[in-house]
Amino acid sequence: MSNKLLEIKNLSTSFRIGDDYYAAVDDVTLTLNKNEVLGIVGESGSGKSALAFSIMRLHNRAKIEGSILLNDQDIVDMSAANLNKLRGDDMAMIFQDPLTALNPLMEIGEQISEALLLHNPRMTQKQRKQRVIELLNLVGIPRPEFVYEQFPHELSGGMRQRVVIAIAISNKPELLIADEPTTALDVTIQAQILDLIRKLKEEMNAGIILITHDLGVVAEMADRVAVMYAGQIVEIAEVHTLFENPLHPYTKSLLNSVPTEGQDKLHVIQGIVPSLKNLPRKGCRFASRIPWIDASVHEENPVLHEVKPGHFVRCSCHTHFYFSEESKEAEKNGIS
Amino acid sequence: MWKFIVRRLFVTFPQIVILSVIIFILAQMMPGDALTGLIDPNIDPAAIEEQRERLGLNNPWYVQYSDWVKGVVQGDLGQSFRYKMPVSDLIEQRMINTFWLSLLTLIFTYAMAIPLGIISGRWNDTWLDRAITGYTYIGFAAPLFITALLMVWVFGFHFGWFPTGGSVAPGLTPGTFEYFISKLQHLLLPAFSMAVITTVSTVQYLRSEIIDTKQKDFIVTARAKGAPESRVYNRHIFRNSLLPIAAFFGYEISGLIGGSIFIESIFSFPGMGQLFLDSVLLRDYSVVTSVVLIFGIAAILGALLSDIILSIVDPRIRIK
Repeated sequence: MSNKLLEIKNLSTSFRIGDDYYAAVDDVTLTLNKNEVLGIVGESGSGKSALAFSIMRLHNRAKIEGSILLNDQDIVDMSAANLNKLRGDDMAMIFQDPLTALNPLMEIGEQISEALLLHNPRMTQKQRKQRVIELLNLVGIPRPEFVYEQFPHELSGGMRQRVVIAIAISNKPELLIADEPTTALDVTIQAQILDLIRKLKEEMNAGIILITHDLGVVAEMADRVAVMYAGQIVEIAEVHTLFENPLHPYTKSLLNSVPTEGQDKLHVIQGIVPSLKNLPRKGCRFASRIPWIDASVHEENPVLHEVKPGHFVRCSCHTHFYFSEESKEAEKNGIS
Repeated sequence: MWKFIVRRLFVTFPQIVILSVIIFILAQMMPGDALTGLIDPNIDPAAIEEQRERLGLNNPWYVQYSDWVKGVVQGDLGQSFRYKMPVSDLIEQRMINTFWLSLLTLIFTYAMAIPLGIISGRWNDTWLDRAITGYTYIGFAAPLFITALLMVWVFGFHFGWFPTGGSVAPGLTPGTFEYFISKLQHLLLPAFSMAVITTVSTVQYLRSEIIDTKQKDFIVTARAKGAPESRVYNRHIFRNSLLPIAAFFGYEISGLIGGSIFIESIFSFPGMGQLFLDSVLLRDYSVVTSVVLIFGIAAILGALLSDIILSIVDPRIRIK
């Protein structure tokens, strides 16, 4: 049996704006092994969540091309009925905002129970309730019997995120996608939730895709990291390699933007992520944000190169990249 | 839950008291009194004054008010000058008619609004949705009395399928099957005419609620659990979208008593709305004040009912 859990090949997810389709996820190829944590990082709007939603096929109106193989089954062409068998069972998702991810009119117990009901029709109501209590215990909710009958508005954000996690792991998924699971939470709660995810990962042997824009989280949790920019993966590497030897200008800029001790002002990447409609479809997409680099060093159609085993980087511009004098100057003078 | 209802009831009581005071003051401000215009002007003014004294019309207002409230509490709403019968008997008759008319209207309204709203909201921006929204715009734009007249003309007059007035055919004994059928026949057309118009706001409301709920995050959660579309809609979207409609239901109930002046006039249906209009035109003051009081109480109780329904269906509103 191969060790591959998820294999994504040339995935493009496009949304319709006016009469045309624009790709939010553009030609993404990646693999996830069993029991591995793959971190996906990037700015807001870089296509991380769009990628996650594509894997779950949760987009309402999107054109998905390419292939997504989960245990060698292609999700892209799958019928709705088959997809529903996978969702919540083999693959599950933890959402960004626990405050809105739960149905306000349903008891907590009922919401977790629903996930069990949908995939284990033969389970009796009593067994389901027992399992829900077990799950609530597992995700560290005190007094599970009491919480079972509570409504979402009666719980705090951290508790609700635990419930969302309980729903996701209720059927022991092989693939767990965590879409910025800690973004909406307080820092102290963030650490607790990450600990919980790590603990569950060890217990379940699931492959996890962890989407975040927090590099600290990635360094702590991930085995491998994919960096996304403007819908494309610009660099993939083992977590240590990426942090010690980043290659792509975007990765370098991102890492450089993390505050360090003794630093007066933050480094800022110039410009903004171009909107979906205004994305340059040709050439290096990051070129517009490093204007001081000679334009001729970019590839015409940048592809991922394997520079070392397991370390891929897009576009040849990385060999010529340096932080601009201007940006260094700005750093020194404190323009933020 | 019970705590909430009891607390809510405490608010309701003063509301009703204030309402009764306002109605009493308004009645006092109306020109003339019970004897004006009722009595031959050639009668000796002293005799009229004596009558006034006997009826307590010269007492200070608070004595009159307390007399009135005492009467109302005991079910004595006074005498109707026009119908020469106790107002309570008169209202009882009319209220029963109006109740059935409104109940049927309500059934028609929801029977149309819920499926139309659900179809329109679930498949929004399809041709079916456009047809339904088109109908609601026409419904908003067309005045009730025009639609009702059109209905009378088409179904009552032209086709002759339904009677065009009254609440029952004359000469039938109450309690018989024919009597019941005749009652129902008299109800169908006015109830339907009204429902066709009143349903449009509920359709629109439900449609936009569903479209709104469809985009909520917890719907994505439900899909991610592997719930099929039918379950997503039935268990998650509709339940959450019907909430405001359920809350509105209480107010609709108050319409059961109030009736509709337009519909009852056009169909010359002997109900509360028509009684109100007639008694105003004929200056049958004791009837007017009683009817206004009952309408007011109905509105207050409707709001109370709405709050109670909402507290039952929405756990976020319950008070611990």
